[in-house]
Amino acid sequence: MNEPSDSRRRFLQRALAAGGALVLSGCDRLSRIEWFAGLLASAEKLTYASQRLLLTRRAMAQEFSEADLSPFFRSNGTSNPRDPAYQALAAAGFADYRLEVGGLVAHPRSYSLAELKALPSRTQITRHDCVEGWSAIGKWKGAPLARVLEAVRPLPSARYVVFFCADPMNARGQRYYESIDMEDAFHAQTLLAYALNDAPLPIRNGAPIRVRVERQLGYKMAKYVMRIAVVDRLDDIEGGRGGYWEDRGYEWYAGI
Amino acid sequence: MPPRDAAAARETVILRHPWPVRLMHWINVLACTVLLMSGLQIFNAYPALHWGKSSYDGRPPILQMGARQDAAGNPVGFTRIFGHEFDTTGVLGMSSGVERGFPAWLTLPGHQWLAMGRRWHFFFAWVLVVNGLAYVAYALASRHLARDLVPTRADWRSIGQSVGDHLRLRHPRGEAARHYNVLQKLAYLGVIFVLFPALILMGWAMSPGLNALLPGWVDFFGGRQAARTLHFVAAWLLVGFVFIHVFEVVVSGLWNNLRAMISGRYRIAGEERRDE
Ligand code: HEM
Repeated sequence: MNEPSDSRRRFLQRALAAGGALVLSGCDRLSRIEWFAGLLASAEKLTYASQRLLLTRRAMAQEFSEADLSPFFRSNGTSNPRDPAYQALAAAGFADYRLEVGGLVAHPRSYSLAELKALPSRTQITRHDCVEGWSAIGKWKGAPLARVLEAVRPLPSARYVVFFCADPMNARGQRYYESIDMEDAFHAQTLLAYALNDAPLPIRNGAPIRVRVERQLGYKMAKYVMRIAVVDRLDDIEGGRGGYWEDRGYEWYAGI
Repeated sequence: MPPRDAAAARETVILRHPWPVRLMHWINVLACTVLLMSGLQIFNAYPALHWGKSSYDGRPPILQMGARQDAAGNPVGFTRIFGHEFDTTGVLGMSSGVERGFPAWLTLPGHQWLAMGRRWHFFFAWVLVVNGLAYVAYALASRHLARDLVPTRADWRSIGQSVGDHLRLRHPRGEAARHYNVLQKLAYLGVIFVLFPALILMGWAMSPGLNALLPGWVDFFGGRQAARTLHFVAAWLLVGFVFIHVFEVVVSGLWNNLRAMISGRYRIAGEERRDE
């Protein structure tokens, strides 16, 4: 009775070890197969659809009190764009900055920083959640994107709002960009922010203008925004997935 | 000793687990394995855990992993828990010569690849939720829950004896082996109706989208970063359950139990007799 059960046990041990190794290397290999990685990514559509179903445009991200503010608001990604044109703007205190707003809109136009500050503003203390896992709480002041969009009047075909930024991300000079849908674009807490914690937005946090999209993760909230385009499709912009990090495998809908 | 064929005659084979339970059990095993390993990949992107709403509230993390140089200039991996630091070179903080929280053999994918880790995690989070809902619906409809999992009055009375049996690694035989014992029932109920729902809720609590569903609900768990910490702790509690579960499976008859969860067939030996 002992013999077979011993050999069976040995077989089981080996099978488990081999199986484990196979599973580990197999999973890594699976991650590299395009259709399989695509299958895994399909969960994003489910998440997007269910969150859009649950969250109306009125569903607000939590707002906090001054007591919750992080003593220091961490900067991630670019902290000072290495771009001569940007550096020239910064040296002049962004006096010559113009935010271009165009694409599928009835009245394209541009805004100076002063003009953006002259729009009705919103101030909110919110939690910034980075895709890496950390959170920080900051007080933002800015012009709601909805006010700007109302002025330029998106055409009926408008589906996304794309933000083009000043910061080059790699040796090829590709710049940061991001996009959101019209739901988030018109959300009350979606801001073109120019102040953080009652001070002008520091360069490391995105001066002169960064986006706040409070119901999504930090990488959606583009810094150093130079141009806004309203579009009906994303696949003909840069890598085609709607953002710098999206082109590198991250979810376009970053609600989780 | 009774003659062989008499023993065989006393042996019965029953259908222990119906096919939906078997199927959903193995889907769950797959999903949890992937979720744990891809979760550790996600953890590694920021290998620190905090209490409260944010990670930057002036207080140090309650758990942190990282690498630094020791007095002799050699790189060491450390794990700091509530201010106590441990040298965990080779496993936590630093492994295979690179700084990383958990080692490559515990994460999915093996090397640092957050975007892909998130894809695995959120795909199998959906699998876990759908499979879990199907299981609960089945357990209610088929009366699996009421018949096999909820402790009977006799079960409650036998709890002391069951504890003793477990400690002495004695396992029910004969008629008694047809049913789960009371500790087993309580462990399963706890995992199904407390641990899994808690893990899922805390996963959702980390979603900035779902946070907006009802502002402030995340504070029920102590804030988003506390939810992240609790999600992590709950994941390891689940690992703890699996260890005990697999240990019990092995000591109470590995092959018989495995077969019961694969083909459904479970062999029950005759009653143990004193004079044997
Ligand atoms: C519906 C189910 C689940 C959802 C929605 C979910 C969601 C999440 C999210 C959003 C994160 C990222 C946290 C961050 O930003 O750092 C995470 C991390 C993690 N998950 Fe899950 N998860 C689920 C189930 C599970 C299960 C069943 C396990 C374990 C078997 C698990 C283990 C982990 C671990 C270890 C981490 C990394 C540490 C941490 O951030 O707490 N998760 N999960």
